[in-house]
Amino acid sequence: MQITLLAFDWFFLVEKLVLIIGIISVSLVIAMYETWAERKVAAFIQDRIGPNRAGPLGLFQPLADGMKLFMKEEIIPNTSNRMLFILGPCLAMMTAMMTSAVIPWGGTLDLFGRSIPLQITDINIGILYIFGVVSMGVYGIMIGGWASNNKFSLLAALRGASQVISYELPMGLSLIALLMLTGSLKMSVIVGQQLDGWYNVLWQPLGFFIFLVCAFAECNRTPFDLPEAENELNFGYHQEYSSMKLGFYLFAEYINMFISSVIMSTLFFGGYDIPFVNDAHLVESWGNWAVLLQGFCLFAKTAMFIFLFMWVRWTIPRFRYDQLMNLCWKRLIPLALANMIITAAIVLWLKK
Amino acid sequence: MQSLTSRAKQVDRRPMTFLERIYVWEIFKGMLITLKHFFKKKATISYPEQKREFSPVFRGLHVLNRDEQGRERCTACGLCAVACPAEAITMEAAERLPGEENLYREEKYAAKYEINMLRCIFCGLCEEACPKDAIYLSETFAPSNYQRKGLIYGKPDLLIPDPVTQPEEYKKALGNRANQKEKAN
Repeated sequence: MQITLLAFDWFFLVEKLVLIIGIISVSLVIAMYETWAERKVAAFIQDRIGPNRAGPLGLFQPLADGMKLFMKEEIIPNTSNRMLFILGPCLAMMTAMMTSAVIPWGGTLDLFGRSIPLQITDINIGILYIFGVVSMGVYGIMIGGWASNNKFSLLAALRGASQVISYELPMGLSLIALLMLTGSLKMSVIVGQQLDGWYNVLWQPLGFFIFLVCAFAECNRTPFDLPEAENELNFGYHQEYSSMKLGFYLFAEYINMFISSVIMSTLFFGGYDIPFVNDAHLVESWGNWAVLLQGFCLFAKTAMFIFLFMWVRWTIPRFRYDQLMNLCWKRLIPLALANMIITAAIVLWLKK
Repeated sequence: MQSLTSRAKQVDRRPMTFLERIYVWEIFKGMLITLKHFFKKKATISYPEQKREFSPVFRGLHVLNRDEQGRERCTACGLCAVACPAEAITMEAAERLPGEENLYREEKYAAKYEINMLRCIFCGLCEEACPKDAIYLSETFAPSNYQRKGLIYGKPDLLIPDPVTQPEEYKKALGNRANQKEKAN
């Protein structure tokens, strides 16, 4: 026992490092192109054609935008709390990236005689971990708003914080119903059950819907984008931010969107499962290619959700603050509770 | 009360129905509308490559015209400057010297002719006032400039290319508007 603990597996370290770097760079690139996609979707919905000058189809536009953000002057207001002012965007970015650790991105690769699961860590409290990290995301908003020392930022941060904390409740409740069905908090188990069975969304349509609405609220996307209400609080909690610190906030928002889309597809839409195909057979016959195809499937499902996010954003206006709170506390929480109790009753009844 | 237009509509103040109250159905309908727009033909005109057609009455930058032999038509009578409501036109007259008959059509010509494009309101009254058909408004608009003095256009900016030596450029500068006018005459 002692010896196995001391004999450190260096390959394991390298494997995980590569995986971490890969996933982080993939999420960064996806966040970059989400900004491009957002502008394209917005343009198409408004009968325009969107950015099309930088490169083919405007594909280099995010590079130009990023360059612009880097080159801008970094302003730290002299009445702000300097340390917290810098900490805010860092926290937002960090929490956005941390969630990706427990998500299974594909099956198990066979490389160099080792089997490498495409998941950074498969802890048995996967969903709890995600919840913990997501609720830390509120600190990014709060610290940013507080440290700016600006009324509007503070108001926006207050709104944002109460919104995010409120919407975590129905989100958690809707997940409890799901967890009663799966019986496990482990992400790989939840996906594994969906690989050869039905997708969870069929058993939990209401739970999925509540989760979707809450995910919109958690990501501060329209119709719940009160924290950055640009026309009433002039840009909300990141009003005082400039240059790459602003870029970090915006980036964190897009990464959050990506990660929550991945979580939704993992929990409710079968994760990396290839639809209409028996995955186990395919992996046997195709080997690593099938695993990569699985990863691609996950990304396709995610892209669908990201499009949904954008579609909703460019369709409906923002909620008023009291409407937002009423929706959460008077509609979603009772609904989620009812969903939970009904699920529990059915699960108990079927087990008898 | 009599309505002012035929499009006036009574505001609907009925309480919301159940479907409207749960909001989701209405959001879904809205999303269908935006999806329809997603596949619609786009209204964008990609400017430098594609240009929007001007209406036949469009009035753009001024052009000082020449006759068929390439002589300047302007005789510096000053009627355009008088007609100009924005007082954008300044000119100085000069007498044609012997040997300059191939340059100027009349005995008197404009030695200096300036239009301040910042003052000009592109009303076209100068064109109407001109007895010699020497000035008319073309189909281009004034480009932007960093300085005010750059927008005071002198004779080199306004004069049309010579139809004898540069027939292509002349045709282009003349534009549709002048051509239509000639047809009408």
